[in-house]
Amino acid sequence: MSDAAVADTRRLNSKPQDLSDAYGPPSNFLEIDVYDPQTVGVGRNRYTTYEVRMRTNLPIFKLKESCVRRRYSDFEWLKNELERDSKIVVPPLPGKALKRQLPFRGDEGIFEESFIEERRVGLEQFINRIAGHPLAQNERCLHMFLQEESIDRNYIPGKV
Amino acid sequence: RHLTLTRDAAAAMSFFSFGQSAEIDVVLNDAETRKKVEHKSEDGKKDKYFLFYDGETVSGKVNVTLKSPGKRLEHQGIKIEFIGQIELYYDRGNHHEFVSLVKDLARPGELTQSQTFDFEFTHVEKPYESYTGQNVKLRYFLRATVSRRLNDISKEMDIVVHTLSTYPEMNSSIKMEVGIEDCLHIEFEYNKSKYHLKDVIVGKIYFLLVRIKIKHMEIDIIKRETTGTGPNVYHENDTIAKYEIMDGAPVRGESIPIRLFLAGYEMTPTMRDINKKFSVRYYLNLVLIDEEERRYFKQQEITLWRKGDIVRKSMSHQASIAAQRFEGSASAEKALAQAKEENS
Repeated sequence: MSDAAVADTRRLNSKPQDLSDAYGPPSNFLEIDVYDPQTVGVGRNRYTTYEVRMRTNLPIFKLKESCVRRRYSDFEWLKNELERDSKIVVPPLPGKALKRQLPFRGDEGIFEESFIEERRVGLEQFINRIAGHPLAQNERCLHMFLQEESIDRNYIPGKV
Repeated sequence: RHLTLTRDAAAAMSFFSFGQSAEIDVVLNDAETRKKVEHKSEDGKKDKYFLFYDGETVSGKVNVTLKSPGKRLEHQGIKIEFIGQIELYYDRGNHHEFVSLVKDLARPGELTQSQTFDFEFTHVEKPYESYTGQNVKLRYFLRATVSRRLNDISKEMDIVVHTLSTYPEMNSSIKMEVGIEDCLHIEFEYNKSKYHLKDVIVGKIYFLLVRIKIKHMEIDIIKRETTGTGPNVYHENDTIAKYEIMDGAPVRGESIPIRLFLAGYEMTPTMRDINKKFSVRYYLNLVLIDEEERRYFKQQEITLWRKGDIVRKSMSHQASIAAQRFEGSASAEKALAQAKEENS
């Protein structure tokens, strides 16, 4: 037995790493882009939609690539569903900008280019943070938001 | 001129310190040789105190020095106490004494001049280690008291007690597989479950499955001080150390080594249910942080113990020293050479 005065600092034995594990593709690829804002509708009923494109190799998502159109209120819906059903602390959405919706503004209000860009960035950050969360990935509302063409507000909430 | 004082006036005078008073001083017999250690006080200041172990005798002298020489000091008795007590900060009035010894040094009477009294507390039991924490304090001290009718004169001298242990017979490693289904599976291992205060934690983390983007992994040492009993239990957690063991994203099959030297951190031995009043326990917290700042962690208790500083020389080396003293140099050299060979 070695002298007790010198600490035993030898490494513990480990399984050697498989080459396919070392050089294989990462199993944690998840990228969501929010881009291409388009204004839809006329007059008072105008609103902006954004393209939400997802690429992933996480097994929990049915489609490895998906592309849908969503508007701000869809993001709000998702946030509410997750706050109610999942245990996660949902990150904040970019602001609702009610002031911008009042009349007699000097600029385009919620259709102002700089505002839309600001909102786009905020929505992209929001959806990326949520989609990467293991507990959010269990919720049907997230999968419906990201991978189904339209959101069925009468869906049955639940886990995947 | 003489003033004739009534009893009440005399009382008033001594209240305002016009009467005789004294200074008390407690000095240990082995003050020159006994080791001193640093101990943090309640307000965070560090001071040095004499170090004692369980069973050691505490002996010394109490010097009572009269402030106004010539005047006599009336007293109701002089004594010295050795006290070990636990004080809960939320219940300051109640001191729980678990050791209380007293030696009477003088019967009620009067001192005409400064005097020194010897005392000895033989083979005193000191079952617990001195501890100053967030909500509780355990201390040992000598208290010399000159009792008087109105106000006692007393002096306290704190000492520090360390409890020593030896290498535990059973010291199994901690090995576990944990994870989140389909997301992250790891196997972690620490080489022991009981570590002494200057030990090294040697271990590893093996990644079986990684489907989240990990940014960084660290090991934290957490100290938990628990006070109170039953429904009034209160835990105070303090992160003593944060030690990064991995920077970057691991993949399946990777193994990350751990080597954490404990001597660099201020820790105490694990204290379990001391006098049924408090506990101090330590936990290793393995923390993984992903790119979205989400934290995944696994906490594991470890037992800390204090090793004695005594250095043991091997038997043959001791024999060679003896040979040097009693025999000629030639045989002593042979014994030394033999001892060196055995040791290498």
